[in-house]
Parts: sequence; C-alpha cells; structure tokens
Amino acid sequence: MKLSGAQILCESLIKEGVEVIFGFPGGAVLPLYDVLPQYPQLRHILVRHEQGAAHAADGYARATGRVGVCLATSGPGACNLVTGIANAHLDSSPVVAITGQVARPFIGKDAFQEIDITGITVPITKHNYLVLRADEIATMVKEAFHIARSGRPGPVLLDIPRDVFIEEATFHYPEKVDLRGYKPTVHGHVAQIKRAAKLINESKRPVILAGRGVIISGAYDELRELAEKAQIPVITTLLGISCFPEDHMLSLGMLGMHGMACANLAVDATDLVIAIGMRFDDRATGKVSGFAPHAQVIHIDVDPAEIGKNVRVTLPIVGEVKPVLKALNKQVDVQTHVEWIGQVEEWRREHPLHSIHEAKNILPQYVVSKICEVTKGDAIIVTGVGQNQMWAALHFCYRKPNSLISSGGLGTMGFELPAAIGAKVGRPEETVWAIAGDGGFQMTIQELGTAVQDNIAVKVAILNNGYLGMVRQWQALFYERRYVATPLSGPDFVRVAEAYGLPGMRVTENSQVVPAIKKAMKHQGPFLIDFVVEPEENVYPMVAPGCTLAEILEDPRKKVEIKVKPRETSNL
Amino acid sequence: MTKHTLVALVEDKPGVLNRVASLIRRRGFNIESIAVGHSELPGLSRMTIVVDGATTAVEQVRKQLEKVIEVVKVADITEGRIIARELALIKVHATSATRSEIIQIVDIFRANIIDVSPDSLIVEVTGDEEKIDSLYSLLKKFGIKELTRTGRIALQRR
Repeated sequence: MKLSGAQILCESLIKEGVEVIFGFPGGAVLPLYDVLPQYPQLRHILVRHEQGAAHAADGYARATGRVGVCLATSGPGACNLVTGIANAHLDSSPVVAITGQVARPFIGKDAFQEIDITGITVPITKHNYLVLRADEIATMVKEAFHIARSGRPGPVLLDIPRDVFIEEATFHYPEKVDLRGYKPTVHGHVAQIKRAAKLINESKRPVILAGRGVIISGAYDELRELAEKAQIPVITTLLGISCFPEDHMLSLGMLGMHGMACANLAVDATDLVIAIGMRFDDRATGKVSGFAPHAQVIHIDVDPAEIGKNVRVTLPIVGEVKPVLKALNKQVDVQTHVEWIGQVEEWRREHPLHSIHEAKNILPQYVVSKICEVTKGDAIIVTGVGQNQMWAALHFCYRKPNSLISSGGLGTMGFELPAAIGAKVGRPEETVWAIAGDGGFQMTIQELGTAVQDNIAVKVAILNNGYLGMVRQWQALFYERRYVATPLSGPDFVRVAEAYGLPGMRVTENSQVVPAIKKAMKHQGPFLIDFVVEPEENVYPMVAPGCTLAEILEDPRKKVEIKVKPRETSNL
Repeated sequence: MTKHTLVALVEDKPGVLNRVASLIRRRGFNIESIAVGHSELPGLSRMTIVVDGATTAVEQVRKQLEKVIEVVKVADITEGRIIARELALIKVHATSATRSEIIQIVDIFRANIIDVSPDSLIVEVTGDEEKIDSLYSLLKKFGIKELTRTGRIALQRR
C-alpha cells in the first residue's frame, strides 16, 4: 500500500518510539499537520515560538535520554529553530528537528518563506538532510535518529519540501543503518585502559572531573565505584552536576569560573586529572595555561576530536563512559589517600559556600536553597543563563541523577521555561522547577501559554533583581560599576501569569519564601513565583577571566548568619 | 606554520564539499587548494585539501572532518612519502617572433602546447607546484593572458 510522504514520516517517527512533537504549523508543513490526527500516539504540543519548540525538545531529550523532536515550517519557522538547535549541538543533546521546505520546483528561487536551512545549520547540527523524494523519508528518519542518539549525541535536521509530504511511496522501514563514515567507538582501547589504571594507582592526589558524558552514558554507578574504590574526590562541570550525589563525602561540587573554591583548589594541586565525559570548556578550566599545573591528564571521551583540543592530555581513552569505566574499575586498586582527602576536607572547611550573609532583601541563593529544602532535592531543576544559573548550580544540593538541565555551551537566556516544559512532558511524575532571571525569562515568556494550554505543571521561580544580573556583575567588577544597558524593567509577572491563565505570586519577604514554594508545589498545574531579590547581589566564588582556578575571588562580605544546613558528610 | 596535505575519502553526495569547506573555514584555516573527483571506490570521492597551519591545529581540523557523517576517512599525508601533482593551463601571448622561444621553454619543462591561435598559445603543464611556478615565471615576460590551476592532488606511495 502506498502512503503519502507525511504518513511515511509519522509511521517512521512511531517506529523510532516518538511520543511527542513540539511544533508550530505553517504553509509548508500543512500536509503533515493534516495527517497528524491519524496518529494519536504522536502527541503534538503547540508552542508559541519555534525557539520554544527546539528548547522543549532539548529539555525533553536531556530529561529522558530519548530523542526529542521539534517541528517547524519553512523560512521563518526554520530560522527560529536555529538558536535551539545550536544549543542542543553545544550540549550534545539528541534532538531531531523537522522543517518544512517550499515545494521542489520552487527551491532556489527565493520563493515565499524559502530559506536554505540545511545550509544554515551545517555548523550547528551533527548532520542534516534535504529530503527530495518520499521514498527517501524512512531511511533518512532512521539514520537521523541513529546519528542523533549514538556516539556523542547531537541534533539532526530533516528538511522536507511541501510536495514531498504529498508524494506517495511504499512505506518500508529499514532494519538497520549503514553509514560508511559514521562508526562511533564504544569500548576503550584495552592497553590504554591498563595504562590509565596504572596512572591512577600511582597517583597521590587524584581528582575526577566528571561531565555530562557520565549522564549521557548513564554511568552513575561506575563513576561512584571508581571514586569510592580509590578514594578520589569528584568534581563536576556545570553540565556534569547530578552525575554524582553532591551530599557524598567525596563530592567537591562544580569547578570553574563560579566553581566551588575547594574544587578549584583541588584541581590546582592535583597530580592526576581523570577527566570523564567532559571537554575542558574555558569556563571550566580558567586560564588554560595555568590549568592543573602539576597534573598528568587522563581524558575519557566518546568524541576523539575533544582529545587534546584545549588541554594537553597524557593518556586519552576514546569510548563511551560506561563501558570504559567498567573496564577501568576492575584494574584500579583500593586506596585511601588519607593525606589528600584530609587536605581537600580542610579546603572545604575553610572555604564554605553555603553561608548566606544578611541583606535587606531576599537573597537569590536563599530562594534556591529553600527550593532544595522544600523539594528535598527530589526535583528536576531547569535554569536560565547568568546569575540565576550559577545560584541554581551552587545552592541546590543535587542528589538525584540527571536532575539539573542547563544551557552550558551556548549559554542561551530564555532556555529555562521551554526546556522545563519539555522535561515535564518527558517525566511527568517529577517535580520540575524552572529557575529564571527576570531578563532571560522575558525572552521566552510566551511559552507560559504552552504550559497552560497543555496543563504542563512546571513551577517557575523568577529571581527578579531588575538587572541583567551577570552582565551587571561584570560591569561592577571590571567596568567600575558603569551599568550600561543592564537595568531592566519588567512587566508585573504575576499579572502576566494570570493573563496567561496560571496562578502567580509575588514574594518580597524572607518569611514568605518557603510558604510560596509549598503553595506552588501543592498546586496541580503550572505556577509562577516572582521573587523580588537583592538587586546587586553578586555570584561568588568567581575566577576572573584570564585568571587561573587558584586565583579565586570569594565573597568579600562578612558572613553573619548561616541559614542553610551545612552539607551532610556522613555518607561513607 | 607548514603546508599540510589532507586526503579525504568522502561520500559522493550533494553538499559534502560545502560541509568540508565550511568546517575548515570555521576553524580558522585558509584553504590553499582543494581538488575533488571520483575515487576507485563506487560512490566515494577523494578530496585533496592543502591548508597552511600548525601541526596540532591541522590535527584538530582532521579530527573534526572525521566527524562529518559523509566523510569516511581523512589522513594528513604531509609527513609520508607522497606523490603530488598539479595541472595548470597557461594562455600566453605569442607572436611569430616569440612563438619558437616559447615552444623551446615548454619543451624543456616537458609541457605541451594544446592550442594555437594567431596571438596566443595554451600550454598544459603537469608537475609539482614548484615546477609550475617556474614555468609560469619564465613565460611571464611574453605576457600571460590567463592562468588556471587545479590545485594539488596526492597519493601516498605505500
């Protein structure tokens, strides 16, 4: 039996296990939308802007580990996906983006709503396709999903002309893919793993730097086994947060520009960096020539191009984190590293983070720590970009695997709400909090409509300081407080929420923080809280740009009162 | 900075040249030359790319190229024992007074005259870049009307 291209696409998506599509219709994809009701197993969620569709697919993908799907029409629809696709690309998130294209006879003629989206997305996709015949759709969908989810995951775009959706062909879904130029390495080289074990066994002051690769690979247990067996402190990158329980005795938290002081000091002093599924981003390494100056470096990553890109590597292992760690753990000796662990503990004591000073207004870090307290850490936190992101990273104690979703590589403001929507759709049983700044939130605020229409119960916490806070912080520290274009007026967020049809609250007093969070949690649907916070609060610790990780700037103010429980260190 | 010769085996599909060229540009390299044609394997083309750059940076580009789905294999053959050739066509101004001198020079270079017209000759020359450069400079004084070069193609000897 012959099916239309649109039907073949839907059948193929179902074969790939797709359950939800985040999309926005338009002329070129009308034939596809027209057949969607024939496939009730494909839930379509209408976003308010295509960027929201791409971020939602990304958030869905990160929360579930499955491929997220977004859909847009040709021209402006496709262009609006671009930021979201780039975001997924930089953070290795498996997303398949489907765009409509003008009908084949119009391609290359600057037709209405025509844009060369495959050309535009070459540098920001893992791969892309312009589908030119209906009988190619099945194979290309199969390949697209395979490429998106395997190896180092990433976005793949399928651009399908309007008349290809209508053209008929026989549907046959291929059993397997055969891509001559794409064979990702899974298992690490046996001899390299043996050498790595030797380096680890000989090291006196090792640290593990764990990144998002651990989460992608689901190697939580293997990482924990390595750390505990050889007593190695675990430091994570921003995107590695929640790959290792932060209340574990060996957890030192995040490193980098706003990393924990003890983590940065440990990296500065270590004699062996064991980098696992991370890519030595400049925000993580600080001044790269001064990074881990006394250390040899083992780098485990699935992407061979990451080896030696930013940091000189003593011993590379190309492969997926989970099988590599499994093999490695067998050869690693039981160790105690008493002296080193003692030193690290001392740094942790001397440089505590969870001390919050007294202030007139609510402190944003206080809000984050209270969300942690009320949810008992049992929530997925989705952040925006900037100060809110760093406070969310530092002041929430992540105990649950894969519980932080954040835009790391691209640093996309406005990521939080649509990505939280995607995460909540993918894992409806979880509590999902979007932690936003008042600046970034206004970039994708329209997705409140999406949450309301489909009753997606995301909880939004706006840390409203009336500034583009991170930029203001840099102006404060490096531009003599010349606040150019950073003071920011916002709407009445509570009334905006109400206008969209969800309840909202404004919180201006410390005493209201916890009750408000509890109220939001109790409410069945989406809920928004506008926390009016200290306007000029800075994120600390900080490593200034161009400095090494050892040159940490800590909060210069006197810490008056500790309002948050200190981290548990009883584990193990 | 040295000149590197990369040889890539790529799938013969639309857009592959664009992907390769855009990736090299994005990593900050200037492409000195790029030559593409069918290889001995059906459905696969062989590309010879010459770029200028530090060895470590070129190695990074090579690895990034390997990640392009339609790129099957890339090798930096700069260090190996390679055979490299380039073809050039040179249209040189020629009168009855200069024609025989040009022919003599062309003969010395074992190049060929492939077209003759009343006021010009087209010379075909194959060789490494240096040979083509020196023939070009010798012909310059007669007046070069047009020059076109294919860029380097190369194979490893073993």
